Amino acid sequence: MIHFYLQKRFVAGQREFHLDVEYAVTKGSVLGILGPSGSGKTTLLRCLAGLERPDGGFIRQDESFWYDGSRSLFVPPQKRQVGLVFQDYALFPHLTVLGNLLYASNDRRRALELLDLVHLADHAHHFPRELSGGQKQRTALARALIRKPELLLLDEPLSALDEELRDSLGEEIHRVQAQTGVTTVLVSHSRKEIELLSTEVMELREGRLDPVRHDF
Amino acid sequence: MDWVPFWVSFQLGLWVTGLLLVIAFPLAWLFAFSKRGWVVWLESFLSLPMVLAPTVMGFYLLLFLSPNGPVGKFFLDTFGLRLAFSFPGIVFAGCVSSLPFMIAGLKTGLLGVPPSLLEASYTLGKGKWETLWRVVLPNMKAGLVSGMVLTFAHTIGEFGVVLMIGGSLPGVTKVVSIAIYEKVESLDFATAHLYALVLILVAYPGMLLLNQLQRRESRRSQ
Repeated sequence: MIHFYLQKRFVAGQREFHLDVEYAVTKGSVLGILGPSGSGKTTLLRCLAGLERPDGGFIRQDESFWYDGSRSLFVPPQKRQVGLVFQDYALFPHLTVLGNLLYASNDRRRALELLDLVHLADHAHHFPRELSGGQKQRTALARALIRKPELLLLDEPLSALDEELRDSLGEEIHRVQAQTGVTTVLVSHSRKEIELLSTEVMELREGRLDPVRHDF
Repeated sequence: MDWVPFWVSFQLGLWVTGLLLVIAFPLAWLFAFSKRGWVVWLESFLSLPMVLAPTVMGFYLLLFLSPNGPVGKFFLDTFGLRLAFSFPGIVFAGCVSSLPFMIAGLKTGLLGVPPSLLEASYTLGKGKWETLWRVVLPNMKAGLVSGMVLTFAHTIGEFGVVLMIGGSLPGVTKVVSIAIYEKVESLDFATAHLYALVLILVAYPGMLLLNQLQRRESRRSQ
């Protein structure tokens, strides 16, 4: 289980907001966080990944803490078992698809299994510039999973894709998540995307996390 | 034709480029990513060699590097090394004079690497050094080459600073630009032409390589 209570000041546009959120994500489930631009979604994800230090609160993974403001404990991203799929995929352009996976782990067999899982086995030796948007997204997903993370974080996983691809890739992410059983937090501004992928849904608005409203 | 000035220039270029690669990298990183207010003051100060007259720089460097100057005295007392009118002295002066060119190339290269690549590397369990070697450097090749080519070219073309710090000691501090100046002064235009032609033939492939690499990098990032 991932239990977090986070406080963090952040600036969106000209305004300053205060992120103040708490949630316990059940092991193996998918928490979808719905929110408009500037609501603090990406800040929350970055805090969970360890790319930003919160102002206060805690992040607990089972019995161990990744962050505890009261003890000034901050585990850097390298030491957290987190897989993050960036909105822009952040694939290493100088490495092939397989090279991107092997960068994270030397386990070649697992890398090939994951590429098979995301239907990219035929593209193992292609460079990111030779891939379509959906293929890049699937590479980023496989790369995030190769180290068997305790927590998978997805930042707007489908928003850069066209509608047809969005549905098929959404189903694929759903299938991969179910097969690996990894606890997942995804953020998106798209209700459809959240509904397609999540088992639990919350809404983030002006820094607060609430049960989702139907008129959103 | 005397090839020794070319050899001195070539050695000077290699020493300055090699040293500056190491010295300028942390500075370029600081100037590219630090948000601290004093950084812009330091960057502007270190960029001065780009705009100052070489004689102004040469004059102050000579004061600093002479046996009674603070830097020159330190090197003489500590390492027994005389900087003024010596090869190490023109290497030192070349480093100061070419520093902004190396910093500019490296900084452009660093800014061209998307921050998300570094963050992705961290979340994949890699530390800062490994990220630097395996992600940052391979993705800033054009910046690296640009910094190295411009630094080398600027150093072997350096005239005023080298003349003021090193004089014109044959085989020691007499670089090719000074040799050309002396040939023109003695009205030996034919040799001056030859020296200049060799310099152009050396510089052109460097610039060609640089521009081709930049074009390739720009196509790759599209």
